[in-house]
Amino acid sequence: MKEYSIVGKHVPRNDARAKATGSALYTDDMKLPGMLHGRLLRSPLAHARIVRIDTSRAESLPGVRCVITGEDTPKVKYGNWRLFPDTQDEYPLAVDKVRFIGDEVAAVAAVDLDTAEEALGLIEVEYEELPGVFDVDSAIREGAPVLHDYCPNNVSVNRKIQYGDIDKAFAESDYVREDVFTVHAVSPAYLEPCSAMAQSDLDGRITLWTSTQVPYIVQCLLASTLKMRENDIRVIKPYVGGGFGGKMELRAWEFCAAFMARKTGRPVKFTLSREEEFLAGRRRHAMKLYSKVGFKKDGTLTGKDLRIHLDGGAYNAMGPTATFLCGNFGAMLYRYPSYRFLGEHVYTNKPPASAMRGFGAPQSIFATETQMNIAAEELGIDPIEIRIKNAQVSGDEIPEVATVSSCGFIEALEKAAEMSGWKEKRKSLKDGRGIGIGCYSFISGGVFNWFNTQYPFSAAEVRVFGDGTAHLLTMAADIGQGCDTVLKQILCEELGLKMEDIRITSADTATTPQADLGAWGSRLTLMNGNAIVEAARKIKAQLFGTVSAKYNLNVIYDMECKNGRVYPANKPDRGMSFAEAVAMTQKANRGEPLVAFGYYTPRGKGLVTPAFSFGAQVAEVEVDKQTGIVEVKKFWTAHDCGTVVNPKAVEGQLEGAIQMGLGYTLSEQFIMDGGKTLNTHFLDYKMPNAMDMPPSEVAHIDTYEPEGPMGAKEAGEGLAIPTAPAIAEAVFHATGYRCRDLPITPEKILNGMEELPQAKSKPAARK
Amino acid sequence: MKQVIKLSVNGDPYTVAVDPCQTLNEVLREELNLTGVKLGCGSGDCGACTVHVDGRAVSSCLTLAVEMDGKEILTAEGLAPSGETLHPIQEAFIDKGAIQCGFCTCGMEMSALNLLQKNPSPTETEIREAISGNLCRCTGYTKIVEAISAAGEKMREGDR
Repeated sequence: MKEYSIVGKHVPRNDARAKATGSALYTDDMKLPGMLHGRLLRSPLAHARIVRIDTSRAESLPGVRCVITGEDTPKVKYGNWRLFPDTQDEYPLAVDKVRFIGDEVAAVAAVDLDTAEEALGLIEVEYEELPGVFDVDSAIREGAPVLHDYCPNNVSVNRKIQYGDIDKAFAESDYVREDVFTVHAVSPAYLEPCSAMAQSDLDGRITLWTSTQVPYIVQCLLASTLKMRENDIRVIKPYVGGGFGGKMELRAWEFCAAFMARKTGRPVKFTLSREEEFLAGRRRHAMKLYSKVGFKKDGTLTGKDLRIHLDGGAYNAMGPTATFLCGNFGAMLYRYPSYRFLGEHVYTNKPPASAMRGFGAPQSIFATETQMNIAAEELGIDPIEIRIKNAQVSGDEIPEVATVSSCGFIEALEKAAEMSGWKEKRKSLKDGRGIGIGCYSFISGGVFNWFNTQYPFSAAEVRVFGDGTAHLLTMAADIGQGCDTVLKQILCEELGLKMEDIRITSADTATTPQADLGAWGSRLTLMNGNAIVEAARKIKAQLFGTVSAKYNLNVIYDMECKNGRVYPANKPDRGMSFAEAVAMTQKANRGEPLVAFGYYTPRGKGLVTPAFSFGAQVAEVEVDKQTGIVEVKKFWTAHDCGTVVNPKAVEGQLEGAIQMGLGYTLSEQFIMDGGKTLNTHFLDYKMPNAMDMPPSEVAHIDTYEPEGPMGAKEAGEGLAIPTAPAIAEAVFHATGYRCRDLPITPEKILNGMEELPQAKSKPAARK
Repeated sequence: MKQVIKLSVNGDPYTVAVDPCQTLNEVLREELNLTGVKLGCGSGDCGACTVHVDGRAVSSCLTLAVEMDGKEILTAEGLAPSGETLHPIQEAFIDKGAIQCGFCTCGMEMSALNLLQKNPSPTETEIREAISGNLCRCTGYTKIVEAISAAGEKMREGDR
């Protein structure tokens, strides 16, 4: 591994001190003089026509400054897939119809929260209730209630992939199996509830502070829904308390804050309650997956046929991207000579599903990995052996999907086996104990441009100064994952400066360079990192010129910019400090500021991503056969994220991913009664706390990604994927119960054990 | 009908008129602008609003402000009053990488202080138990537990 001076070193986060002392401001921490407080009225019905809304009583309540409904707005639909305007299916406030319990119907801005809350109760809405659909099977049935007129079969988006001759592959297989998997919806459950505050400037322009992962997308969609110009909207992302995919669209409260700020001339702030977040917030897609896979006797894969129905809820949200990615991920990890995919995104009268850590991959790969484990069992091959036999390697091309560049998958499998004592434990664990494996691959940002932007996907501006400092400006959004720190490290490495030499301004659409698509799909380290490297190299080229001129150096000399100095590589004494080089360059150019821009938009990298991460995770569990309760004893994870830029940040991502994966597998779920979410508090949502977390061991597999800055690629999002299949396999190993239906609950385990052949043959033994 | 209460917050005296239904969280955040006190759920489930009242950790979102008359409140802002030298717990959180999005951080620190004041050398299980009422969605708690353990050590050294 190449040695760097700052990349790969322990560097505390840029914002850690502010966060540790409570001085870091999140959106809801801010207030402006004269600010009004907003609240949203939400639909109590899952599917209904709005007959009449009377806001007059609410408007006459003292302290209420503004009440709006969909009718008061410009009524422009929006959605993140601007390239396909048909998919833009959501109004900021409902027009004519509501489609899920929690759909936003009206908004109030008042002098204080209590008055705003009281006013909500005074708004009269007359609904004509319509029949609803609450699962994908009912929604695609002939004659099912239709959610959106443009989409009579409730299938809003589909995606197909096909390569190789799949029918021939199955005909020539020694072993073909078909399974149906169902996976459930879960909440991103970021700790910071969504919040947005807007101010209308004196010239009518809007400034919006908002808890978002995508300042640029919010800027553009806010402009379109308000019928304003993009550059008349300034979006600023303050500190954000986590997103995990749940904050990557324009949302009703952002629109309402801006619209009402314009209308009242006063700043307006909306902050959601936790109940609203659980009741109506975005979720990870529930899915039904039909997977057929073929093998040769020796375990070699012949092909895969995957169909998926995504339960999209009432609007598309990020569902089209999840549909697209499910198909790509279905073809990842292993070498499928033939592959067919059909993904369909289905509307139901439930809260919209959207992006959430893994973006289609946790669901798609749960099916892949569980089926791999079943096949290994039935073919009599060790689960790790069968994976190594079929594993993707560097240079593999997947038609319509991607080319795999750096790939440490086989090394990760071997390492996970070694760390966990796999071979021994598969044979010798006592009854009720089990060990299982799950793997993952994930993207380092997307190549697709469904947002239809004319700007580069990532951009950076670097300014350098005669005092030896630099200023990095980027629209990249740090939502807690730490990109402000990582991007500064990359700039430091390239310019040879120290962390304290760099000022960063990020995620302000009026002052940072256009554009950045946001913090999702694990894109920032690679894409923004590349933009920064390009900008820094332009700066260095100028500094090198200055140093060369001063020392009359032969043009063949390689130059370096390291440790605060600029010098020829093999004559370090003929150089000067970074500060001097900057000052001298400016003097040579009549004081012109020394500024450079860098951009990154992937091209020619397949259809999906410039680089994939890979990894393998082993879980050991103990299952209490009387109660069905699963205790995970330990996790071992080996992962390949290319060059590790910030080791503690990568470890932190991995440890956090285990918390989320553990919850997804064993405890977190929405309890639904038709379209109504019954568990709207952390208390009954049950995400793992500190007592629930098993110990875990990690190994980084050393690879170098040629497309990434200093060899880096995705870290953290993909790690949310392997935990569910690893635990499911370990539970099977411990009990014989094979989970095809997440989450794994004690009831399912006990019922599943009852149905096992040996349980049926000797029922007396258990009763 | 508002009621006037006198309380000490991070060593400073305040007199505040509060509504009977107002929570301590609202007073600290809205009246006193203490942004280290977060509101993550409003129902005592997440711990992001944890502060100390007379030396004991409580959920400020479940504590009525009218009951705070004469009480001494400590928030994360009061851990390092000078602003220059941080409290060992804060230093450990920074150094161990225990902070990601940061929304749970101040509440975690207050629960950690509550533990370390009573039990200066806690076991890992005792630390996990002490923060089991503080939810975190980013870190998986590992580095938070390490930080609290390291802070305990540092505080013990400081006492010697």
